[in-house]
Amino acid sequence: MSNSKTMTVLRANLWTNNPIFIQILGICSTLAVTNNLRNTLIMTVGVTLATGLSSMTLSALKDLIPRKVRMIIQVVVMSFYVILIDILLRAYLPDVSKQLGPYVGLIITNCILMGRAEAFAQANRPLLSLWDGLTSGLGYMAVLMAIAVVRELLGFGSLFGIRVMPQGFVTWTIMIMAPSAFFLVAMVMWWAKSIQARNTADAKPAAKEAGK
Amino acid sequence: MTPLINPITLFFASIFTSNILLSNFLGTCSFISISKDWKSAFGLGMAVMVVMTITTAISWLVLTYVIMPLGLEYLSFIVFIVVIAAVVQILEMVIDRTSPALYLSLGIFLPLITVNCAILGAILFMQIRNYGFVQSVAFGAGSGAGWWLAMMLLSAIRERTDKSPVPAGLKGAGITMITIGFMAMAFIGFSGMIAVQ
Repeated sequence: MSNSKTMTVLRANLWTNNPIFIQILGICSTLAVTNNLRNTLIMTVGVTLATGLSSMTLSALKDLIPRKVRMIIQVVVMSFYVILIDILLRAYLPDVSKQLGPYVGLIITNCILMGRAEAFAQANRPLLSLWDGLTSGLGYMAVLMAIAVVRELLGFGSLFGIRVMPQGFVTWTIMIMAPSAFFLVAMVMWWAKSIQARNTADAKPAAKEAGK
Repeated sequence: MTPLINPITLFFASIFTSNILLSNFLGTCSFISISKDWKSAFGLGMAVMVVMTITTAISWLVLTYVIMPLGLEYLSFIVFIVVIAAVVQILEMVIDRTSPALYLSLGIFLPLITVNCAILGAILFMQIRNYGFVQSVAFGAGSGAGWWLAMMLLSAIRERTDKSPVPAGLKGAGITMITIGFMAMAFIGFSGMIAVQ
């Protein structure tokens, strides 16, 4: 595993090919918990671990799995890791596990897991796949944590449950409810895509000048 | 404990007040990628509705008569996934044999459904809220119908937004997310109607 390759994967998953604003994967299962920073953090750590470990396993097994039953085997491997996460959460963080409710189980159908297994682990070695899964999870975590900061700060006036807003602050009920998450995701997409578009526009004239 | 909710109320509540897509964010991924045109949105929505009703019913039976007596709750995720995959597979074969026309319009969407979060989500909600059998079926059918409804509404709006002058960075998924956000706000208006949960 060469150094440059690991860096390329890291860069792609965090920015140029971010799972949320470029690939638009895995929005479903985690948006619902983003009105609380602690739950978001735990949930995205779970997604990161599950993606990394299942990508690694599937990459190691890729020559043994017949094509026809590939999908179901992938899902079973993912459920295995998600069950481990669920049991760990129930044992060590029972209150969080209760609040997250069905969303822990829904990591199984998070499209990022399947997407990385199909797009990356099928063609790469186990260690690199593990790295790819972990960095995808990080890219995902970065965006969702940003959304959760805004939602918890404006919705409850607190961060990680600690009140930071002044006494007279009126909380925005809409931030706790579902629509705000959709709007904030759209904002992040807009911001990221605009910057990326500007970067490519800047890069083009520079390349032309270099060509002269 | 089974909660005391009239199944019919539950059915309508899961369509309007607690729409699985707009208030629980489930199934957003396939929603965004398929809702580009009205026809395929209709097909996928119907397929989700059918599969969701059947899988919630079967999962309830499996949960009550197999998993709980044997104390295998920790395996329930895998069991549910296998139930979903099996139902989808069988449904695909049945539709293929009985109605080729329906297969052409619905068949291509069926494999996509195995990894649709809304289906597993409905089952997990059913498990956590301890619904009885009739309630589970009503919940599954209602959630499916709600998903279909949201899908239809969105794809109709989306045919217009695709042709509108949207800022470049918002094109595609961005404007779709904003549309879903507005729709979710509109659906919050229903929440005064039925009080469930």
